[in-house]
Amino acid sequence: MGGPILDIRGLEKTYKGGTKALAGVDLTINKGEIFALLGPNGAGKTTLIGAVCGLVNPTGGSIHAFGQNTAKSWREARRKIGLVPQELSFDMFDKVIRQVRYSRGMFGCPPDDARIEEVLRSLSLWDKRDAAIRELSGGMKRRVMIAKALAHDPELLFLDEPTAGVDVELRRDMWRQIDALRTAGVTIILTTHYIEEAEEMADRVGVINKGRILLVDDKDAIMAKLGRTEAHFMLAEPLAQIPADFADYPITLEDGGTRLIYRGGDGTGKGKREVAELAQRLPGFGVGYIGLETRESTLEDIFVDLVEQGAQEQAA
Amino acid sequence: MMNWRGAIAILKNELARFFRTAFGSILSPVLTTSLYIVVFGAAIGGQMDPSQFGGASYGAFIVPGLIMLTLLSESTSNASFGIYMPKFTGAIYELLSAPVGVAETIFGFVGAAALKSLIISAIILITARIFVDYEIAHPLLAVGYVVMVAASFALFGFIIGLWADGFEKLQIVPLLILMPLTFLGGTFYSVQMLAEPWRTVAQFNPIFYLINGLRWTFTGSADVPIGVAFGFTLAFLVLCVAVIAWIFRTGWRLRE
Repeated sequence: MGGPILDIRGLEKTYKGGTKALAGVDLTINKGEIFALLGPNGAGKTTLIGAVCGLVNPTGGSIHAFGQNTAKSWREARRKIGLVPQELSFDMFDKVIRQVRYSRGMFGCPPDDARIEEVLRSLSLWDKRDAAIRELSGGMKRRVMIAKALAHDPELLFLDEPTAGVDVELRRDMWRQIDALRTAGVTIILTTHYIEEAEEMADRVGVINKGRILLVDDKDAIMAKLGRTEAHFMLAEPLAQIPADFADYPITLEDGGTRLIYRGGDGTGKGKREVAELAQRLPGFGVGYIGLETRESTLEDIFVDLVEQGAQEQAA
Repeated sequence: MMNWRGAIAILKNELARFFRTAFGSILSPVLTTSLYIVVFGAAIGGQMDPSQFGGASYGAFIVPGLIMLTLLSESTSNASFGIYMPKFTGAIYELLSAPVGVAETIFGFVGAAALKSLIISAIILITARIFVDYEIAHPLLAVGYVVMVAASFALFGFIIGLWADGFEKLQIVPLLILMPLTFLGGTFYSVQMLAEPWRTVAQFNPIFYLINGLRWTFTGSADVPIGVAFGFTLAFLVLCVAVIAWIFRTGWRLRE
């Protein structure tokens, strides 16, 4: 990873109606990384992207892209930034290739048919280049949006919910394309509802809710810090209390003593090790079990916990 | 520094949209105006006394007014539609996130709208020659004047397109304000033919000065001094540029 490519400090946005969409966001994005911004609906993800890309006028704070203040050096910054918004928005009656050429020209790049062909081929759109956009499938239309955003070879690419509403196969296809962009050196910031997407793609993850960044860290570090293992031992006979030898384990008895539940670990494998130990030792203490279910917490669980915790803290 | 490639890309994109629907975009105004010329100019106009129109035939008299009618309605509606559509479809995001400012946007959207209306007006002027024997006394001034009017009203249309939040509002100004004012501004008659107080009332109609400005370039005489018509058009153009510059600076109806 390189140095900072985007530096956001104390960014605020209050809409005319009084809604505070961003409440002092600090965020640094490093060159070459894929950063996933997670948050529920209305968290401020799209507003944050809009503020960086020029769609939203911030009411406070500063944004520096490529070392320059975007409020002052907006032309230089925008030349290097690409945006794929959530909604499919283009002239539906126009041809694919003409729309992509239009985007390239609008960003001040000289005509380059070879580059346009390369972009269209990389997104499997070359065969559809002369088709009117309205004739394409939903997935193809979304690719046209990406092609338009890539036409001027941005160094920093924003993808706002890039796989919203696309089928599983296409989503995986998109992930491959995003990965190829990263390989080509493009820094990518994506917002998503699909935690699986962030888990699969991102180097770092940020969680935003109610206009505040709740957490930013490496994905693996988050999993290590906040990841949990949960194991359910279905006991052969109900147990009145946990044997004293197991007092050090984070276990509880539930369902009238018929279910022994382990909730622990830290995302480094400790949880799995302890569950294996329990599975081995319990029969030795006369605790038989007839079934075992284990589950590792996902980024989604962590995300939900963080958002709920944030809501509770705010309520307090 | 101005992003010329961006400005030209917008201009070409807007013109491409126009030529994609060229049949309807060109044929409809040309046919309508030709009907005016045939019905009023050739058929009814033949019965009218040329002395009332500075010696010119009635057909030749109404040609500048009809050209102005086309210029005003086409410039306004092309520009308003041109900027309203990306707002409506959401494609405006690209314009707002691109390295283009007010100068590139005006060049692209307003330039294309003005060019379209000039193309249509030129076709109408050529078509009119089939039915009416008109002369253009000051051709260079006529070209300069129609370019200025087309640019002014394309700017005006651009403002309407930014202001409008529905298709209905796009139509209100061209249909309910510009069209009646153009008809009442002397397209088909000289205000000298009106009795008082209507002769004085007519002079409060801004379009009256535009029509008479163009008529002066055609015939060398009109109901108002040419300087007033030029000055009025120029002032309107400057006002529209100032309003658009303010819109871009504040982001009114563009950025949230």
